[in-house]
Amino acid sequence: MAHTGDRFDKVVSLEHALSYFHSGMTLMVGGFGGVGNPPTLIEGILEKGIREITLISNDTAFPHIGVGRLVTERRVKKVIASHIGSNPNAGAQMTAGELEVEFCPQGILAERVRAGGVGLGGILSDIGIGTIAEKGKTKVTVGDKEYLLETPLTAEVAIVHAKKADRFGNLVYDTSARNFNPLVAMAGDITIVEADEIVQIGDLHPEEIVTPGVFVDMIVQSKGVNWRWAWEK
Amino acid sequence: MGVGEVREAEGYRERIARRAAMEIEDGMIINLGIGIPTLVADYIPREKRVFFHAENGILGTGPSPAKGEENPMLCNAGGFPVTLMPGASFFDSATAFAIIRRGLLDMTILGVLEVSEKGDIANWIVPGKRVPGMGGAMELAQKAKRVMVLTTHLDKNGRSKVIRECSLPLTARGAADLIITDMAVMEVRADGLYLREVMHPYTVADVIGATEAELKIDGEVTVFE
Repeated sequence: MAHTGDRFDKVVSLEHALSYFHSGMTLMVGGFGGVGNPPTLIEGILEKGIREITLISNDTAFPHIGVGRLVTERRVKKVIASHIGSNPNAGAQMTAGELEVEFCPQGILAERVRAGGVGLGGILSDIGIGTIAEKGKTKVTVGDKEYLLETPLTAEVAIVHAKKADRFGNLVYDTSARNFNPLVAMAGDITIVEADEIVQIGDLHPEEIVTPGVFVDMIVQSKGVNWRWAWEK
Repeated sequence: MGVGEVREAEGYRERIARRAAMEIEDGMIINLGIGIPTLVADYIPREKRVFFHAENGILGTGPSPAKGEENPMLCNAGGFPVTLMPGASFFDSATAFAIIRRGLLDMTILGVLEVSEKGDIANWIVPGKRVPGMGGAMELAQKAKRVMVLTTHLDKNGRSKVIRECSLPLTARGAADLIITDMAVMEVRADGLYLREVMHPYTVADVIGATEAELKIDGEVTVFE
């Protein structure tokens, strides 16, 4: 964990947070179809000119939404995801050999991220046995049942979106924008939270906190979603 | 009547969804895929209480919100805004898939590219052409207690989607239990694929003629109007 000074006040400027990003980095992003992607950090990555990203994300969202913008603007060289179908740019770049795509069943991707985040050496699952998803994976027999060994995932920087963060980094998510965010929050060498609202320590009830702040390194104030959703007409 | 004509005339997607809704029982936990499966919710009678599971982390999604009432953060797995039913809950993606892998879904309703007479499902990749990814389909197909496949009987080129052996990479082996198309209702059993119903106005001969898979018949084949 890279703490940046006061552990009880992790709020930093966007500029400071972006100083931890570099071209060629591995980047893990919470969200599902753009919902729960952190818009201000993604905008910052684009403006800073970060390229050659290895992206770990459930999906590549939509062309002009969230993490999809990183693909559309060709900042990503490889993506590990469960789905790229909503972003035709990802498919086109993949077909042209410009984007490497590693597909992973969605629940297994979630568990691989979780395994990385919680310090496990891997997980065993029977999902995808008998399909091309088992290609290259070690088979492990437990009792009389065969499983695939799924390896953990971590990233140099993990970015997440929260509805509320206190200054220690305790997080509350926004309805279905939770999705991968609590898992991704645990799996970064550095975890940076973009919060819609930043509150004082003690303002969040311990019962409502989903991610304990100990997993969080930095917090930036969100400027809000800066795209139109696909369903908005 | 030629294959495909009914589609224009009677809203084949809605008819498939209406037939599919008849398989749903009170108390079920159900995941609906994108496309025709999404329509099924509209045909479930009010007296049947069900909870819809969305793999992005909701149990208990309700109907679409009124225009202007959308919460952009509250969406189903297709990315469209939803409302919540009383008793709904939010959870992370790991928990969403824990529900699936533990076999707690009574039913999943999926679209397919191909489905075989053994129940093999292919719905995530056409190598070199269309490669959207599997999303959550492998877990859903492999682990739901009952897997219902809703699809057109034929693809855009007029080829049967209900076939002996899938040619595309599989999503899951032997997963499908019931297949409902614009032409027929077919049940996958251990000893083969059985034609249970034909969709009006198709005949048994029409369906057998349009199906590459071997269709068995056991007793009466009824007509679904």
